Amino acid sequence: MAKITFKENLCKGCGMCVNACPKNILELDKTRLNVKGYHPAVIKDQEKCIGCTSCAIMCPDVVITVER
Amino acid sequence: MAVVFDKPKALTDVPFHYCPGCTHGIVHRLVAEVIDELGIAGDTVGVASVGCSVFSYNYFDCDMVQAPHGRAPAVATGLKRSLPDNVIFTYQGDGDLAAIGMAETVHAATRGENITVIFINNAIYGMTGGQMAPTSLPGQVTQTTPYGRDTSVAGHPIRVCELLSTLSGTALAQRVTVDSVKNVNIAKKAIKKAFENQINKRGYSIVEVLSTCPTNWGLSPEEALKWLQNNMIPYYPLGVYKDVTAEKEA
Repeated sequence: MAKITFKENLCKGCGMCVNACPKNILELDKTRLNVKGYHPAVIKDQEKCIGCTSCAIMCPDVVITVER
Repeated sequence: MAVVFDKPKALTDVPFHYCPGCTHGIVHRLVAEVIDELGIAGDTVGVASVGCSVFSYNYFDCDMVQAPHGRAPAVATGLKRSLPDNVIFTYQGDGDLAAIGMAETVHAATRGENITVIFINNAIYGMTGGQMAPTSLPGQVTQTTPYGRDTSVAGHPIRVCELLSTLSGTALAQRVTVDSVKNVNIAKKAIKKAFENQINKRGYSIVEVLSTCPTNWGLSPEEALKWLQNNMIPYYPLGVYKDVTAEKEA
């Protein structure tokens, strides 16, 4: 069981976490904008997260916190 | 559940001003993580360069000095000689280190100044709007080489790690990149070694990080990483070019 949280308003929607995720459970939420005006990254299925920290390692804006 | 990944303490809460997908943020985080792990935040003085990374003095939670363009190694030399017990690092881009700062860089290395240099090579001038840098690849289209870099006019790119590895004062010259999780981990180890070298008084340590500039390359962050893998890594091979600790062990 792992949990990841996003500091959503720091996200710039670059998608590097989405590409890094080995389980393909991250996506950019195209229905919303954050305060910076970007589509923020969100997790689609928290249950499938293995807490590998790949997303957080590739995030250039230190948006992601991983708990495991 | 325990937190296994969070923002390092050596970074302030100021949001990065870098463009989406710019790998400066990853390298900032790696430097901050190393500072945390070595427990040297209170003893570290960073030297910010000119370029996009000029604002790094807002992001690192340690003492910072802003050097004139290219002169970060000279400022770091002064800091290290007057404060020999402090840990001094510079954080420079390729326009700063490989162009206007090349003289300071080569001479700091050949004197064996006991400093740590983090060198971001993205093959272009980022902040000023995408002009050709000394590290731009042959044929690369930039604002000032709209038909591609013509090596008969503009010369060939400088391979900084290879150049500095020939100097006796250099303790570590290693080229890494941050295009994947694996390579980010390798980059962190290299940066840590560069800081440990300074603490152990081994001399000048440089870690060159191949980075992306999605905005000035005109690519998406994902395409920029692919461009880096397909074009930059073949010209700038990753690896250790000089490591005095390895030579001693061998």
